[in-house]
Amino acid sequence: MSTTGISKRRVVIAVARKDLTIEWNSRILVNQVAPFAAIVMVLFAFALDNDGILQRVAPGLVWLATLFSMLVVIQRSFTVESADGALDALRVAGVDMGAIFMGKTIALMVQLFVLELMLVATAVILYGVEMTLAGFCEAIVTLVVATIGLGSVGTLYGGLAAGARGRETLLPLLLLPAVAPVLIGATRATEAAFGSGGTTVSEGWPWIGLLLVFAVLFSAVGTVAFGPLVDE
Amino acid sequence: MAKTSGTGTSATRRLGIVVILMLATLALCGLWFSAEDVVQGSTVRIMYIHVPSIWTAYIAFGLAALCSGVYLSGKNRSLAWDRVAGASGEIGVLFVAVSLVTGSMWGRLTWGTYWVWDARLTSTAFLFITYVGYLAVRQLGGTHRQRARRSSVLALLAILEIPLVHFSVTLWRSLHQEASVANPNAKVELDGLMLFSLFLGLVAFTMLFVWLVLHRQRAMMLEDAFSDRGLDVAITARRNEAGA
Repeated sequence: MSTTGISKRRVVIAVARKDLTIEWNSRILVNQVAPFAAIVMVLFAFALDNDGILQRVAPGLVWLATLFSMLVVIQRSFTVESADGALDALRVAGVDMGAIFMGKTIALMVQLFVLELMLVATAVILYGVEMTLAGFCEAIVTLVVATIGLGSVGTLYGGLAAGARGRETLLPLLLLPAVAPVLIGATRATEAAFGSGGTTVSEGWPWIGLLLVFAVLFSAVGTVAFGPLVDE
Repeated sequence: MAKTSGTGTSATRRLGIVVILMLATLALCGLWFSAEDVVQGSTVRIMYIHVPSIWTAYIAFGLAALCSGVYLSGKNRSLAWDRVAGASGEIGVLFVAVSLVTGSMWGRLTWGTYWVWDARLTSTAFLFITYVGYLAVRQLGGTHRQRARRSSVLALLAILEIPLVHFSVTLWRSLHQEASVANPNAKVELDGLMLFSLFLGLVAFTMLFVWLVLHRQRAMMLEDAFSDRGLDVAITARRNEAGA
């Protein structure tokens, strides 16, 4: 497929900007997804009901809440596309599917990153997590690298489930097993950043390595596989 | 219409008979002739099902990925490749389930617990869920070509995912204390007949897999033909309505 006259980079930027503009105008992330994520964090506190345990498991809860909220954001990202056949229109117009994938991934990553920052702040406030400056830097790096991985794999499977019957139930089934490495890596790295359970900041970096491998792999594979997955 | 009796041919019927005989021999060897284990007693007999079923599942997923790769790479994209991949995937899921169930029974008897958070067990559970997802994608609907393309890409993605999940789960376990109940890698000393039974199990299950795949992919071919025919009939009916 060729992008006649338009460079791939411009397609990527246009798609990302379009998604973010839709989000900005509808405020779904701020008005619906973020409150959902916050209530999940509060419910975790009800379920575990112990300050010591909460501080210990706070990193895992942050990432679980991220994954649950991510499902909602991805559904939303592709409902926009499939509702009026926008994705089909782009395909017929000969737009490079890899570029669309990158554009949508970037938009998803921006939204996820905002959400994660909010969740980390919630953990600090609600669960009494304390962070050093080095821990804070590590947490930010973890967020960035994990978000790249989550954004790529999320867009890939989101595109597959888009437009299909029963996609609301299919997406979690496909996505959650695939993101298990991110949950493991990001939780351990965040534990090190938070210092939960007596871990030190330096223990987190190998896990960030794992996240990096995941991010590189799935952003590369996603660019190639998105077109065939989305359809013929 | 030609007289048909299911999805079998004379070759698959012969294969079926051999498989039944081999499974019967396996049951006799496994349950009767082979000795009890010194430590585990009769529970060791679960091995003759447990090990062959996970072995078959690996073959099945490997074959599914291979056929998917051939489907995607070939110029002449025959749907037969997709059907073999789909049949393999289904049967692979079945055998992983058998292996997980027999494994947790075995675990309950020897380690005292149905489940330990061991790396191998955890990643096998992920393997199971991933391919359940693959089967769900095959049911998504659309044309046969759409199904073939989607599921082929997914089968290749799954093959990519599984080592990554396994690697990260292993890393995750390495930081936690080892399962204290038992070491699942404990060596089981096998005598001649036990080894023979295990080997027979591997061969019998592999042949059972081949037999099942042959039938399943033919059933899938009939399903595809049926839905194509249904579509043709519907189109003709509409044309007639329009013409009338």
